Order: sequence, then structure tokens, then C-alpha cells
Amino acid sequence: MELDTPFTIAGRTFRSRLMVGTGKYRTNADMTRAIEASGAEIVTVAVRRVDLNRANSEGVLHHLDASRWFLLANTAGCYTAEDAIRYARLGREAGFNEFVKLEVIGDQETLLPDTDGLLAATRTLAREGFTVLAYTNDDLITALRLEEAGAAAVMPLASPIGSGLGLLNPYSIRTIKRRLKVPVIVDAGVGTASDACLTMEQGVDGILMNTALAEATDPVAMAHAMGLAVEAGRVAYLAGRMPRREVAMPSSPTRGMLS
Amino acid sequence: MSERGSLAITLNGEPRDIPGPVTLDGLLRHLGLDPRMVVVELNRDIVRRPKLAETPLADGDTVELVHFVGGG
Repeated sequence: MELDTPFTIAGRTFRSRLMVGTGKYRTNADMTRAIEASGAEIVTVAVRRVDLNRANSEGVLHHLDASRWFLLANTAGCYTAEDAIRYARLGREAGFNEFVKLEVIGDQETLLPDTDGLLAATRTLAREGFTVLAYTNDDLITALRLEEAGAAAVMPLASPIGSGLGLLNPYSIRTIKRRLKVPVIVDAGVGTASDACLTMEQGVDGILMNTALAEATDPVAMAHAMGLAVEAGRVAYLAGRMPRREVAMPSSPTRGMLS
Repeated sequence: MSERGSLAITLNGEPRDIPGPVTLDGLLRHLGLDPRMVVVELNRDIVRRPKLAETPLADGDTVELVHFVGGG
């Protein structure tokens, strides 16, 4: 949309405000077709051991043309700053870019972040030249500290990873967006298109999602819907919504009625 | 060497005997892996791709071979 400003992270401009993951799809064909249908440019991947005990030890790049998408390595599954730093370095060594989606998880049930570890890892990785996109909770103070620690983007959750509960705290997300200078990308919790639209209507710069596509009955159709919803929410935010009123106000003239 | 021509290493968390002497590049080829698709850690340090062919494996080494898999 012409009115919009470019979506830029650390000086690099991207054409889509929707970022998607590559996990949990039922088939590789579902994954690649859904990514295409989403219109996303940034695609996340995880770093794991090559499975040497399986005849088929191929990674996700056998199914994903790395020249067509901007690969964003994550540190999912890491519970300490030290582990996350190790995974980030391994991901960078794969040779695509300096970006990392930094996760330092603090709790297995909720997958909420360990914010102390997250801040420590952000400082170290930013110093090493990484472009850190930090997955965090919807707490303003943590978000401000991440920005101060050198995060290139802050990624507060809409709701817990894989929960599909949607945007639980629009106020927090709006506040974080209003107070930060770096891009705010909502990561995790979006379940369906209305969640994505409502999230973008808060004014955030983008959304990252995975499970909402991978676990949809039709991932390709849901990816298409999410692309439209992110666009709709963004444009609606820029358009500026009408004020909320507690009383009705007629849309048709009150004058000129028959007596 | 544990026996003539064999190196006992830990590979992706599991004990393995590898025919030696061998470099990291040779190990990848032995395993049928494309060096361009794998990142190698030797005793916790990343070994960059250009160095794989000049880095020999020693008895007792710990090697991690990682790559990108689907994730969110």
C-alpha cells in the first residue's frame, strides 16, 4: 500500500509484514505451498543435529529454495543464554545472514521466556554482530531492556507458542509498540485470520506465525487468509478506526422523515 | 587410536568408530553428507567450511553435525 512505510529491520527492507515458520507441517509439500500462499519473505528454521540413524537425513533446505526466502534461524528449545548463543552461532555459520530469532525459554509448560537469559544472550549476540530479533513476553519493561541491550527487533507474544489463543493483551502490545523505536513483531499465539488482523490493527510492524498454518485443516488456504488479514489489519491501522461510542448514532438522516 | 586405523569419537552424542586417519571433510563424505548443507562443531568450536579438509579428527573428539530443520 502506498501510504505505508517500508518494513525494515536493521536497515534491510522486506516486502511482507508476515513471517512464517516451517515446523509441524503434515507434509513438505504442504509447507512449501503454504509459504508461497502466505506471501511471506522471511521464513524461520531451527538448528538441530543431523539424524545419522535415518536413511533420509535431509534437512528442511532440501524442500525450501533458500534463494527465494530470507531464512531466519531460531534458537528454539534453548533454556539458557549459553545454549541460545551456541545455536545462534551455528545458525549463522550455515552462511545465509546475521539474523537470529532469539528464544531463551524459561518454562516447559508455557514456553514463556527466561527474560534474564534473554537479555544476557541479546547483549552478547548484538556485540558479536548478530541482528537479534528477541522473542519475549508482552511486558513493556523487558521490551525496553531488550531494545537497550541491542535487539534489532522485539517480538512479544500474542499468547503462548502453539496455543492459538489469539491476542490476549492488545493494550500491552500497543504500549510496547508506542514506546519502542525498533520494530515490534508479534510472535506466537495467532490462531486464525481475525487474530492476525486484530494484532496488526494495534500498529505493530509485523507478525510471525507457524502453528496456525501448519495445523489448519487446509494450510495453503489458511496461509492465503493470513496474508490478506495481515494486509487488512495494517491498512486498517493506517486508515485510523472510528471512535468507540457507548450509544448508537444513526447512519441515515434524522430529518426528512414523513409526518 | 583404539585400534589400528580406527578412531573412537563421539558423533552427535553417540560413540562411533571411524576409519582413520580422516579429516572432518572426510568424515562428512564417509557419512554421505554434503558439506555445504551441514555445520560442524569439533569439541564445542565451530569449524568453518574452508577448514574442514585441513582439520584432522583425533581419538576422543566430540563432533556435532547440525543443519536446518523445520521450526517456528
